[in-house]
Amino acid sequence: MLLTVKNLRVSYGKIKALQGLDFTIEEGEIVTIIGANGAGKSTTLRSISRLEEVEPGTVMTFMGKDMLTYPPEKVVSELGISHVPEGRRLFGNLTVLENLRLAAFARKDKGMVGRDLERVFAIFSRLNERKDQKAGTLSGGEQQMLAVGRAFISGRQLMLLDEPSMGLAPLLMKRVFESLEEINKEGTTILLVEQNARMALKFARRAYLLEAGRLRLQGFCSELMDHPEIKKAYLGG
Amino acid sequence: MNLTFFFQNVVNALQWGSFYALIALGYSMVYSILMLFNFAHGDIFMVGTYIGFVLTTGLVALSAAGIVVLPNWLILVLTIVLAMLFTSCLGMLVERIGYRPLRGAPRASAAITGLMIGIILQTTVLSIMGAQRVLYPSLIPTTAYTVGGVSVTNIKIMIVFVSIALMIALHQFVQHSKWGMAMRAMAYDYAVVPLMGISINAIAALTFAIGSALAAVAGIMYGMAYPILDPSMGILFGWKSFVAAILGGRGSIMGACIAGFLIGFIEIFVATIFPSTLRDLIAYSIILFILVFRPHGLFGEPYSARLRL
Repeated sequence: MLLTVKNLRVSYGKIKALQGLDFTIEEGEIVTIIGANGAGKSTTLRSISRLEEVEPGTVMTFMGKDMLTYPPEKVVSELGISHVPEGRRLFGNLTVLENLRLAAFARKDKGMVGRDLERVFAIFSRLNERKDQKAGTLSGGEQQMLAVGRAFISGRQLMLLDEPSMGLAPLLMKRVFESLEEINKEGTTILLVEQNARMALKFARRAYLLEAGRLRLQGFCSELMDHPEIKKAYLGG
Repeated sequence: MNLTFFFQNVVNALQWGSFYALIALGYSMVYSILMLFNFAHGDIFMVGTYIGFVLTTGLVALSAAGIVVLPNWLILVLTIVLAMLFTSCLGMLVERIGYRPLRGAPRASAAITGLMIGIILQTTVLSIMGAQRVLYPSLIPTTAYTVGGVSVTNIKIMIVFVSIALMIALHQFVQHSKWGMAMRAMAYDYAVVPLMGISINAIAALTFAIGSALAAVAGIMYGMAYPILDPSMGILFGWKSFVAAILGGRGSIMGACIAGFLIGFIEIFVATIFPSTLRDLIAYSIILFILVFRPHGLFGEPYSARLRL
């Protein structure tokens, strides 16, 4: 198992955001967590990246290592877990190329960075055209591409994606998901969090349904797509 | 005011403004990445000056005793390099002990901590060095040149030259190095920086180190130009440089440099026209007036809500 999470609990003061999640991800998989706004999807990803303090009793292991002993930057640089945050969060004052180079800051295999940059520019040719432009001036679609590109450079074991479809026109969304598929085929495991359940279930192999901080359902996407509850609440009938 | 007199004051103002500019950089850099003003910075400047004083005095004594004979220029270079090193360690220590535990606390807490650290530094220097003023040893004999009636000393030329060189070096570092890039990224969006595999603590420590090293250089050069030191010298200098950082625009490196020089000019020219006892009263009224019309400073962006992850 690549990632094993047991009894994941997170609270914001008195509010219990996550109330004991158990889930696993196998190497090479695409897994999605779907759920409504406020269900705790982003918190789950932020916990894996160690940006969120988890409560005692939580167990998280990645390739057999206890993740709770890692600070956030080491989760990226030593475990190879990258995170595309909600809202993309690019460094708008830096150029496209600088954003990508920054993602390689802690990498020890400097010789490989150039090749990976080329790979990013091959997958997203639009970024190559705009590489000396400030990231803040990119369109929404280009920004999402850069956010994924940045994650591709920073860590390749597991990529966490927080709502990559948000604010994108259908065609661009399709383009982004196609490139994610390509990245996955090259060996990166993907954990995707989405409100757009239809898109996510089509894209992933397995899914978890998160409701108010608890996992309600889990299974293969092909089966969940026909699940009456999911159909009714998340796929519009 | 005749032209010679005017240029004479320009030269004086350039030297005077160099100190403000170098110290203001420390305030601005720390603010831009951590959104806090390090109110101990004026006292870090003072400690840097004293470290320079101890180093110079020590090296001069060693030379005089014939233990290690060093030429004066080498003593100066060693003093500057070592004082930068030690003072940056102090800056990192202040960050580690004083500010890091307060990362998530209200900003007023960090401000108060800064003031307390300032008092601790002053009293520490006071207890070690005593209350009497000390005389900064002169390493380079002052030579005055007269160019078209304007008198310029070699010390003044060195101070202005070194300050501008450091500002350019800092600019190059921030714009073109990997660490500088991380600092710019952190200034834009602090919370995403760890997701790039970069330690926020490392960048914060680096920023304090650079700001403190610049303050140390300012202190040594101040000691060379105005060789009388006392442990409370950092207070007024610190506040005035803080005003420069605000006037330049919070977080703006170029703004801090330009505003530092601008304040130097305002102070010097006010003093040439009015009695010097009124200098600060009038000079800072002018600056207050500027800030009323440009509350975010000369180069700062209007108050913007920064993103926090």
